Amino acid sequence: MRIALFITCLNDTLFPDTGRAVVRLLARLGHDVEFPEAQTCCGQMHLNTGYRRRCAPLVRGFAETFAPYDAVVTPSASCAAMVRDWHPRIDPRAAPVAPKVHELTEFLVDVLGVIDVGAHYPHRVAYHPTCHSLRMLKVGERPLRLLRAVDGLDLVELPDADECCGFGGTFALKNADVSSAMGVDKAAAVRASGADVVCAADNSCLMHIGGTLTRNGSGVRTVHLAEILAATREGPS
Amino acid sequence: MPTYLGMPPFPKAARDAVADRRLRANLAHATGTIRDRRLAAVAELDDWAALREAGRRIKDHTLEHLDHYLRLLEERVTEAGGVVHWARDADEANRIVVDLVKATGQTEVVKVKSMATQEIGLNEALAADGVTAHETDLAELIVQLGDDRPSHILVPAIHRNRAEIRDLFRRRMPGAPPDLSDEPAELAEAARRHLRAKFLSARVAVSGVNFAVAETGTLVVLESEGNGRMCLTLPETLISVMGIEKVLPAWRDLEVFLQLLPRSSTAERMNPYTSTWTGVTPGDGPGDFHLVLLDNGRTATLADEVGRQALRCIRCSACLNVCPVYARAGGHAYGSPYPGPIGAILSPQIRGIGSPVDASLPYASSLCGACFEACPVAIDLPEVLVHLRARAVENGPRHPLVDTAMAAAGWTLRSPGRLALAQRVASSSRRLVGRRGRIRRLPGPLRAWTDTRDAPVPPPESFRAWWRRTDGGRRP
Repeated sequence: MRIALFITCLNDTLFPDTGRAVVRLLARLGHDVEFPEAQTCCGQMHLNTGYRRRCAPLVRGFAETFAPYDAVVTPSASCAAMVRDWHPRIDPRAAPVAPKVHELTEFLVDVLGVIDVGAHYPHRVAYHPTCHSLRMLKVGERPLRLLRAVDGLDLVELPDADECCGFGGTFALKNADVSSAMGVDKAAAVRASGADVVCAADNSCLMHIGGTLTRNGSGVRTVHLAEILAATREGPS
Repeated sequence: MPTYLGMPPFPKAARDAVADRRLRANLAHATGTIRDRRLAAVAELDDWAALREAGRRIKDHTLEHLDHYLRLLEERVTEAGGVVHWARDADEANRIVVDLVKATGQTEVVKVKSMATQEIGLNEALAADGVTAHETDLAELIVQLGDDRPSHILVPAIHRNRAEIRDLFRRRMPGAPPDLSDEPAELAEAARRHLRAKFLSARVAVSGVNFAVAETGTLVVLESEGNGRMCLTLPETLISVMGIEKVLPAWRDLEVFLQLLPRSSTAERMNPYTSTWTGVTPGDGPGDFHLVLLDNGRTATLADEVGRQALRCIRCSACLNVCPVYARAGGHAYGSPYPGPIGAILSPQIRGIGSPVDASLPYASSLCGACFEACPVAIDLPEVLVHLRARAVENGPRHPLVDTAMAAAGWTLRSPGRLALAQRVASSSRRLVGRRGRIRRLPGPLRAWTDTRDAPVPPPESFRAWWRRTDGGRRP
């Protein structure tokens, strides 16, 4: 199986640790991934802001870049949903590639058939189910099953977990007041959970939640799910 | 929608609501309560998914053959002794109703809660011609007494708490006891006494319509308080205003919607009052019945392949109650009687996307999808929102800064080389901006982010630079 890693523009630029964690995790499970360097972005920001025409070349570029692979894995539920749900509607040439794209937890559970990835992470962790993982990809219990199998991890419940954190891409700038108010409520829920770490399948939401948490002086850290699953006794992330 | 002209765009209107702690507490409490109750009411039915699909199909079929079912409805209503009027827009509909009321010689009408008449601003049109319209739905009455605007489809006074309503009744309701408390039973009793006098003296009533059955020409209104039934049976003249999308082919279709609507809106298994009427019946109910069929942008909405699904809406307000944006921004920020997610897709379609408020509405969502999940007729609200955003960019008043940013981002992201260059620039700026791993202030329009949130400091090396340097970790 030829596996490509779609790292997403945000992870590539701002959160390279997440990508490195995915590579390390999959290597530990016996799988080599390729990183097609022609990749850039899924076009979600343009589509969701109303710039559909500017989105089209990105969709075409994605389809061309990832066509040769059997499977594409990405540490972003939001971008996976964009590719699977929207790409074929924007460009029919994307239709054969779209179903091969899997968000990391889907890839681990559905494609590789693994729940216990041999991770060790001795912290109190809350899981935030991002809207796109919850309602577009419907990843369901997969992330929680993976987290429960992590050695040393204490999974705590996040109050009102299903409610949007308020990021929403350019919504965070276009409706900054409402977005911030939602972020403050989410940060309060994270603090109420008693967790040391809040994790999710998307760094975009974590960037919003984390930015709110540190602004309000909370000590809770935001960590991408992939970094938790990649951590071991020998090499904690 | 005359009362809403000149509304500021959504982000500006929402700013005040977000800052109003009491409003946010009222909204959070009310929507949170009904949200939980709705989930329980829906969970009782093991065939909810099938019902939802049936509702979607019936609505889509009807919309596809709308001309046929509307003509059939007109024929049957006329056969039953009613008079059917067609109104292209709000002005035409208001003119028809005002003329009908004036022909009776009356100067007062009682009203059954109706979104369509809110949409066209009927009360204001009647007032301009010297006719006073009395809202009889309790929440609508609260809004009317306060010279306020509705902020929720089902609970128009959701933004008011009990103490505010008590003060309002004491001040504005004729005959309200001066020592009125804020106990719900006492408030309801005061309203009951006030309204009873109106029902007994009214000769003309105006209603909306939840469903119209084409095969028999029967109109249907669902309500909780019984005030609607009073209006529908006591007066001599009844004028009903309905959006053309409210028609259903047959009686058997009601089976689906009489389950979907109450559970989605009030979280009840069945609404307390369901009234149906077919034309006129000598000696029983109004002797003079008129039906106004309102287009007001609906035909144009129907012409849009993606946007037309908004016309499936049965006005249950489930989408409002689950929407995290509505819960913080409140209903008034949406600048129309249709607030929340459905307002964000309906208003820009029936009014056109030209005004600043309408161009801002498709952006009044984080696209979290909770509304789609809750909608009993499966309107894909995120899909329509994204679709209307594209239309706003093409036709609406655009923000030059956003245009430039999107063009620059598009240009950068079309090429991996340009993306890598941008990443190197970002990395080299890290020493200038970051302190303790967080950026506390970004320049330009990005300040909207750092006003309340820290931003991450760009890492010294992007993922693709790391991959290239280490061959994906194979080289140290």
